[in-house]
Amino acid sequence: MSATGIGAPVRRKEDFRFITGKGQYTDDINRPGQTYAAFVRSPHAHAVIKSVDASAALASPGVVSVLTGQDLEADKIGGLICGWMIHNKDGSPMSAGAHPALAVGKVRYVGDHVAVVIAETFAQARDAAEKVMVDYDQLPAVVDMNEALTGKTVIHDVAPNNRVYDWHLGDKAATDAAFARAKHVTRLDIVNNRLAPNPMEPRAAIGDYDSGQEQFTLYTTSQNPHVARLVLSAFIGIAPEHKLRVIAPDVGGGFGSKIFIYAEETVCVWAAKKVGRPVKWVSDRTEAFLADAHGRDHLTHAELATDERGKILGLRVKTKANLGAYLSTFSSSVPTYLYAPLLSGQYDIPAIYAEVEGVYTTTAPVDAYRGAGRPEATFVVERLVEVAARELGQDPVAFRKKNFIRKFPHQTPVIMAYDVGDYTASLDKAMEMADVKGFARRKRESARKGKLRGLGYSAYIEACGIAPSAAVGSLGAGVGLWESAEVRVNPVGTVEVLTGSHSHGQGHETTFAQLVSDRLGVPIDQVAIVHGDTDKVQFGMGTYGSRSGAVGMSAISKALDKVIAKGKKVAAYAMEASEADIEFKDGRFSVSGTDKSLAFGEVALQAYIAHKFSGQELEPGLKEGAFYDPTNFTFPSGVHICELEIDPETGVTTIARWTAVDDFGTVINPMIVEGQVHGGIAQGVGQALFEGVHYDADGQLVTASYMDYCMPRADDLPSFDVGTTSTPCPSNPLGIKGCGEAGAIASPPAVINAITDALGHEHIAMPATPQAVWLAAQRRLPAIAAE
Amino acid sequence: MYAFSYHQPKTVRQAASLLAKNEDGKILAGGQTLLPTMKQRLAAPPALIDLSKVEGLSGIELKGRSLVIGAMTKHAHVATSEIVRQAIPGLADMAGLIGDPAVRNRGTIGGSVANNDPAADYPAACLALGATIITNMRKVPADQFFTGLFETALEPGEVVVKVAFPIVSKAAYAKFRNPASRYAMVGVFVAKRGSDIRVAVTGAGANGVFRATALEEALKKRFSPKSLDGISMPATGINGDIHASPEYRAHLITVMAKRAVTAAIGK
Repeated sequence: MSATGIGAPVRRKEDFRFITGKGQYTDDINRPGQTYAAFVRSPHAHAVIKSVDASAALASPGVVSVLTGQDLEADKIGGLICGWMIHNKDGSPMSAGAHPALAVGKVRYVGDHVAVVIAETFAQARDAAEKVMVDYDQLPAVVDMNEALTGKTVIHDVAPNNRVYDWHLGDKAATDAAFARAKHVTRLDIVNNRLAPNPMEPRAAIGDYDSGQEQFTLYTTSQNPHVARLVLSAFIGIAPEHKLRVIAPDVGGGFGSKIFIYAEETVCVWAAKKVGRPVKWVSDRTEAFLADAHGRDHLTHAELATDERGKILGLRVKTKANLGAYLSTFSSSVPTYLYAPLLSGQYDIPAIYAEVEGVYTTTAPVDAYRGAGRPEATFVVERLVEVAARELGQDPVAFRKKNFIRKFPHQTPVIMAYDVGDYTASLDKAMEMADVKGFARRKRESARKGKLRGLGYSAYIEACGIAPSAAVGSLGAGVGLWESAEVRVNPVGTVEVLTGSHSHGQGHETTFAQLVSDRLGVPIDQVAIVHGDTDKVQFGMGTYGSRSGAVGMSAISKALDKVIAKGKKVAAYAMEASEADIEFKDGRFSVSGTDKSLAFGEVALQAYIAHKFSGQELEPGLKEGAFYDPTNFTFPSGVHICELEIDPETGVTTIARWTAVDDFGTVINPMIVEGQVHGGIAQGVGQALFEGVHYDADGQLVTASYMDYCMPRADDLPSFDVGTTSTPCPSNPLGIKGCGEAGAIASPPAVINAITDALGHEHIAMPATPQAVWLAAQRRLPAIAAE
Repeated sequence: MYAFSYHQPKTVRQAASLLAKNEDGKILAGGQTLLPTMKQRLAAPPALIDLSKVEGLSGIELKGRSLVIGAMTKHAHVATSEIVRQAIPGLADMAGLIGDPAVRNRGTIGGSVANNDPAADYPAACLALGATIITNMRKVPADQFFTGLFETALEPGEVVVKVAFPIVSKAAYAKFRNPASRYAMVGVFVAKRGSDIRVAVTGAGANGVFRATALEEALKKRFSPKSLDGISMPATGINGDIHASPEYRAHLITVMAKRAVTAAIGK
């Protein structure tokens, strides 16, 4: 391993720019003649728009234009789309209501977009937005999914019971048969709480239009600028792709929320032509809470059937998934194909049957958020397994080991074919690191102080590296999920890598450069990673689902293979040897059996001057591209162990120790991977203990600021003890599995299993706030006193 | 933020006269509550009267058996002041628990008491310690100063100049933070001066800071956390929200009071 190659903990190249304030985020960009947009948002959860009177706003100082949904319709600008078709049990397509970028006829959640005011300054736009008079006829809010499914109030006419779909996966008959012969059935009702994504940088957009070239440019906070361009061109109809450039410069976090094509970005790029000047919009934090797509929000009834020895026979779930008021870009896939196929967890479960209802409510749209479906599945599986072990009087570790999948490849009953893994190895290592043996002593010490101590396990699996295009296509995706790369070697041997993966915190500028350095033997500071601009990178599918390593780097690896292959041809001419005798190692091309060799940079120069092969079949230059389409998902897995202490007097939960052992396959940069794990755990602990989007019965968002939406803070978390095991992924050239979401997937059930272990009962839901834990501890206090 | 006029008086007299002249004008002290609410367009004062250039409003001194703190004294100053630490260590500890370092280095005692946020910490300290709020016009005992949610006894044109705290023998503050905002969800300040025992509660009361007389009576028998065993505070008149029901807050009052007494005895 070289100091900057694969496996080296190289410091992040991009951080100096970020921490010295030199990053270029969308809001740092200003275009000549720029105007500012402010959105008029619905104050009601559900209402008919009777009229919009913009006259006072138009007369307000500095106002350039006020636009509404009628203007979008007049320009034949289409609505926002959901790019994944889900079919009902009976084979009919899901019921997707229209999603205009500016509301037409009705508003369906607090924060829904009614009009946009464009003015000379941001303050003028905001002032004028308050003067747009909208006459509403209020309709009842429907916040609760069960209430929505009664259909008393209909949100979209196409979905009379507010049911978007009624989907299922698995073999119902086989699963029912498994339950019929079960010795024991564990039943749980689970709430997977709704979360707000909260990237550090809120969303922002600048729409720009060059009337001379008839060219649109959208600067935006996107995780996938090419997908944004595709949707804005092909579906929304802003402009054909060659007339629309999307630039996603430095982006300050996304967690999924910046995958989607939203109303604000669409309106800015459209309005730029309309007003003939660039239009900028920057979300404030409350707008982010109101209108960024939220995550999770499931109600699930789950059952696990076991035989007399505690061997799992079957698993059955019924889930209601809140999709909010409109279907966001990938929303339909999250509680279906990103959820149910993971319900086998790390376990050999012969029969699984999942039923999922997608439900409209008068709340913000819900879509992918770090983990997207997989945290929900892991929470179901790991809670069921833990509770089953407790009910059967078996040690939760022994119960898990008894049911672990041990032979690979393993075909689950729910689509996924696990390629490789060693679940026992991760569990054993995590138990050792967590000093599980010493837990009983630590629990006694806590009890002496009047505290309740608990230990919780989570053995998770996820499907990452999304995804084989044929597989997702057969499941309803409107796109393929390959990735592209282009490696441009300059004449002096420096390298530019153009990638369709987008970096918004993941450190690609470092890890991707490490791969290039490793393979070409050039220093990483001679490698530039170029991404986030549809004019520079031909196409790409972006960053989400822990795919940039497994899919994006595999594309780079393929392109590097081609660069080396061509380099050998050039070297052969340059050293007057046969191509078959050229070897490439440690950055040098050499003629085998001789002392003749050329450095990579020398061969690059030869490729460009072409003196030695002029007129031959070999073309000058050294630039290669590749598309990589994975053959399977990757399956990162691992075990997290949470040890915590509860103060029953106040309900405060303090996490005492956290152990994570993850199998990510090949690790490119262990420091960055550890950082991803830390951040993921923090978010998962956030979901388990702190975070929860709360709408009141009128559909008003109560948690619209940090005064009420509780984020995890550094002092809420212990120092994490992080380790790895490795079974390299066989389906991609680098053996990478992906690490971006693991922490957020693994951690919530570890926390809740630990809390329920401490409390001695299962009656706690996420977020386990001090009040909730205090209430739950009250149930337990008589028993503790008796002990 | 909406447009407003900005004034920078040099004396308290000028400030008071500007305040009297500008209806709905607001005094700007540390701005840690006022400026964020203005930025969110939740407050729209037509005029701001900034006290930062007024001489002599900041400082801490011991005057006889009183600790006198100037209205513009920052929380960080109170938290780290040797004088405060010697005189009323529980007050220094409380100041060190306000907000975060940025807030403590901008926010002021005068701003905190004049704003009387129902979840602010200083009102509890003032009430429990039996402080006197000294304005440009008069001296108001804390018991009469805090009159309701964001309401005080301040008259139009009246500016808080100092707060005087009598030295007590024992005092401490225990705060249960709102998990999201980290303001006090329940904050209890306990003070003992001779046989006078005062327990003030912030964050919990539907009408702002208040004295928990039931707890005071119990502690008068013996100043010990054990004296509070079994005393449950009624939930009537206590706030409820998504973070804490009135019952939970009421429960926490006793818990935090015990912890404050424990800390006070330890000092």
